[in-house]
Amino acid sequence: MCGIVGLHLREPSLEPRLGALLTAMLGQVVERGPDSAGVAVYGDPRLSPPGRAVVSLLGVTPAEAEAALPGAVAVAADATTVVHADGDLLAAVSAALPHATVIGSGTGMAVLKGTGNPVGLAESFGLAGVTGWQGVGHTRMATESAVTPEGAHPFSVGPGQCLVHNGSFANHATIRRELRAQGAEFDSENDSEVGARYIAHQLAQGADLEKALRLLCERFDGFYTLLVSTGDSFAVVRDAIACKPALVAETAQWVAMASEYRALDVLPGIENARIFEPEPEEVYVWRR
Amino acid sequence: MATLIDLAESPVRELNQALHSTAATSWRVLNPRGAHAVACGIREDHTVDVEGHVGYYCAGMNQHATVTVHGNAGTGVAENMMSGTVRVRGNASQSAGATAHGGLLVIDGDASARCGISMKGVDIVVGGGVGHMSAFMGQAGRLVVCGDAGDALGDSLYEARIYVRGTVKSLGADCVEKEMRAEHLAELAELLKAAEREEDPADFRRYGSARQLYHFKVANMTSY
Repeated sequence: MCGIVGLHLREPSLEPRLGALLTAMLGQVVERGPDSAGVAVYGDPRLSPPGRAVVSLLGVTPAEAEAALPGAVAVAADATTVVHADGDLLAAVSAALPHATVIGSGTGMAVLKGTGNPVGLAESFGLAGVTGWQGVGHTRMATESAVTPEGAHPFSVGPGQCLVHNGSFANHATIRRELRAQGAEFDSENDSEVGARYIAHQLAQGADLEKALRLLCERFDGFYTLLVSTGDSFAVVRDAIACKPALVAETAQWVAMASEYRALDVLPGIENARIFEPEPEEVYVWRR
Repeated sequence: MATLIDLAESPVRELNQALHSTAATSWRVLNPRGAHAVACGIREDHTVDVEGHVGYYCAGMNQHATVTVHGNAGTGVAENMMSGTVRVRGNASQSAGATAHGGLLVIDGDASARCGISMKGVDIVVGGGVGHMSAFMGQAGRLVVCGDAGDALGDSLYEARIYVRGTVKSLGADCVEKEMRAEHLAELAELLKAAEREEDPADFRRYGSARQLYHFKVANMTSY
């Protein structure tokens, strides 16, 4: 199963409510994925102050991170430690904290993941107090790999990029081998991570997000509804069979996507939203 | 006077228990907010009006009741319906009327993928279009589409009959266009009337099974 929620705000006056809205949305898809959850938030000044490099980590405490990274500020969020600093923080993390798992990096974005009930996790992330212009969330019912914080979504493997997935890729092992041969390194055995690495690879090769997702549709077999976000975009794509649910709602104030309508019903102005199901293998992209 | 149940105040389980345990009467359900299994398993001649969007399996297993959703419906509306009428004023998500044995399902808007999958006797009238693989493995009943149909319409069809007014993107394996004879125009007129539609039966085309895939034949291997 798995549940997906995402919110891309167009109306700046809603930004203080991003985390509260995302928390309410996530709470409506708990039954779809009760074993773990994760979110990515774009633009929160506490997690990702403007101009600072941000790296989200598993496997280190905030105290360890601050001790190992001079000038860095670490914020605890359940299993995740979000660190921000000036300069090339990702390189500093690789050198000083080689045992840590990087679950997100870039400017203006933080990734928070953990295992357990998503409602409890949202509280432990402090999600309701988060602000920003875009957020994506995922509740996981594990099928392809173990229930660990590393296996929770979103998968963020390129700067500011995030992928959440409902479904399962059938040929992920083959594509993982191909990407490894081209130098990609993987953090988990999770099929969705292969999708995220494939998209990051295509974007690094010069494709735009729309093209990267079209290429993914050609290359990947299996079931998927994907919500992919970057530092300026919010995109949705489904496989040809389209059995994994997806609904998009759009108003002048926001664009939102969720696995089920009940997660959209919590949004302000939903009664006047244009609501539709994304067509199979059609790529939808909204830009800031 | 309809009995009012507000799902903002009482859970769906209470609503369904009340619908199962009382004699035929009128009900009005407020604030469904995408809840699953609203008005499921009714066996009485109730009239139920649901004011808003519902989630999965609304009016599933319905017998005798008339359920109207004044909004959109999620996956599997009226799945396994036996009799009665279910009407969706908005759009319906995938697998509307799945495996339903009888009754009438009317969707005023569009239905998405797999509308009428494995239908076993239900009549489905869709005011808008239907998504891909609609009436997949349909065994009996009629599917009427006033708009367009997506890919692979009627794939692996048994004896369900399909009428489409608009375009068909593609036909599924073993589904073919068939001649529209007087008896088909007559049954289509009845279905449109029952669904309170204004379309002219003469504007529709009929599709059905070529009956080549009923039994396994190795010569058909590539078609399965």
